[in-house]
Amino acid sequence: MGVRVERTDLAGIGFRDDVITKDGARIGVLTYREGGREVAIFSEDDPDAIAARVTVTAAEADALSELLGQAKTLDFLNGVGGGVAGVYTEHLTLAADSRFIDHELGLTKARTKTGVSIVAIVRGTDVIPSPEPSEVLLSDDILVAVGTRKGLDALAAILSDSRA
Amino acid sequence: MSHTAAVFIQLGGVLLALSLLSRFASAFRQSAIPFYMTLGLFVGIGGVIPLTESQEFFEIGSEIGVVLLLLMIGLEYSPKELLVSVIGNRRIGVLDALLNATPGAIAGLLMGWGPVGALILAGVTWVSSSGVIVRLLSDLGRMANRETPTIISVLVLEDLAMAFYLPVLSAVAVGATIMEGAVSVGIAIGVVVIIIGGTYFYGRRFARLFSADNSEALVVGVAGMAILVAGIATQVNVSAAVGAFLVGIGLSGRVAASAERVLTPVRDFFAAIFFVYFGIQTNPADIPAVFLPAFALAAVTMVTKFITGYVATRRAGIAIPGRWRAGLALTPRGEFSIIIASIAVGAGLNVAILPFAATYMMMTIVMGPVLARIPDMEWFKKRVRARG
Repeated sequence: MGVRVERTDLAGIGFRDDVITKDGARIGVLTYREGGREVAIFSEDDPDAIAARVTVTAAEADALSELLGQAKTLDFLNGVGGGVAGVYTEHLTLAADSRFIDHELGLTKARTKTGVSIVAIVRGTDVIPSPEPSEVLLSDDILVAVGTRKGLDALAAILSDSRA
Repeated sequence: MSHTAAVFIQLGGVLLALSLLSRFASAFRQSAIPFYMTLGLFVGIGGVIPLTESQEFFEIGSEIGVVLLLLMIGLEYSPKELLVSVIGNRRIGVLDALLNATPGAIAGLLMGWGPVGALILAGVTWVSSSGVIVRLLSDLGRMANRETPTIISVLVLEDLAMAFYLPVLSAVAVGATIMEGAVSVGIAIGVVVIIIGGTYFYGRRFARLFSADNSEALVVGVAGMAILVAGIATQVNVSAAVGAFLVGIGLSGRVAASAERVLTPVRDFFAAIFFVYFGIQTNPADIPAVFLPAFALAAVTMVTKFITGYVATRRAGIAIPGRWRAGLALTPRGEFSIIIASIAVGAGLNVAILPFAATYMMMTIVMGPVLARIPDMEWFKKRVRARG
């Protein structure tokens, strides 16, 4: 998933980095040698002209990049990417013979034992976001869990404990 | 009135007038250069109120102005940026020189100023004004546009070409024979190449002579170095301007950035003196006679400069509207045209060129920015898009 970034030098002035998005839009970041920055959105009907530009201070640039960075982290949590900062998302299917079926979610003690959060339960076509500990689990429920690799493996082992 | 009193009163009055003119120019988003020169016409030779006592100051001040203008142009570039520009854009540089120096050379011959006049006018018409154009692009919000790097490359190459052109002009100006001229031009070009190459490798050591953090030492030190080298360069006929330019190129990194900051006000002061003095030396009575030829040359070379920008951006893969923007933005000539004319005249060559060069440059510097705004107008966008 390489992102195309083009750098163009402006001798004596600074340089411009362009990001070309999947849709073909071009976003330019102009860095002046004296330190100013400008974010420019290129025009749709004139590929070389800019349609809008915003001058940002160093602090604003930091804030922007943090915002975009958070969005990126959420993407990873949603399973688009993987492996960032050692946090993973996994969809754990409750086996038909699991001892937790017909019991409350709280009984799994997932958070206490493994540090993993159950952020949602997918039941057929329904999604139960942020389930309460009192939510009763049914057969074929899919638990959307976020945690470390180790924690997720431990939780998978706990959930697969059979009734017997 | 004592001599000092007369000098101070004249100088102070001129500076105050310059300040008003500069504000007036920026209110109309125009370069202040033509206004400064016009003021010079009023207070100079054949002007309304000729200032005689302060002549001496204006003369030496204007020489320092040239040194500082070139020093600052040099400071903007690092040797690496120059090398990259030359390697990547040499064809455009050659095209630019052929298209824009040739009309000047022909005009010099047509005006009856001989081969030397042709050489001077070739330089005057060749070089666009990087100062005016960079400010124009910034004013018009085009700094991030995709055609802008090509425009900048053309300007960089022209500035660098001056490092070779000015020594040639200086050699010719001192009236050397062909043999002597060839030798001093050879020395000059050798020195330029050695210095650019040397600063490419040893630039850091050179920069260590100055401290970026002590602004008082920096402003005096860098200006001193530029003036010293300019003096030595003059002595060996390499032209003071080129010496200062090379000092600027030699400094890069943090020292260059700080030097640029602290020297800008000093440069502005002496550059203003330089442009006024150019007006002072020009006799307004000579302008009507050269007005039409200068106008014709301005028209022709604005077209050739437009073609340069259009072709350069087409090669860079820019679409039609961007090519128009680049071509029109490159049309203003400025400081270099005036520097070239003043070097020629300072060496006692062809005084008749002064009013011609002044008129020519004022036309392009006033009309160029007006033309450069056309591609932003709705009717123009519609037309170009309809055809494209």
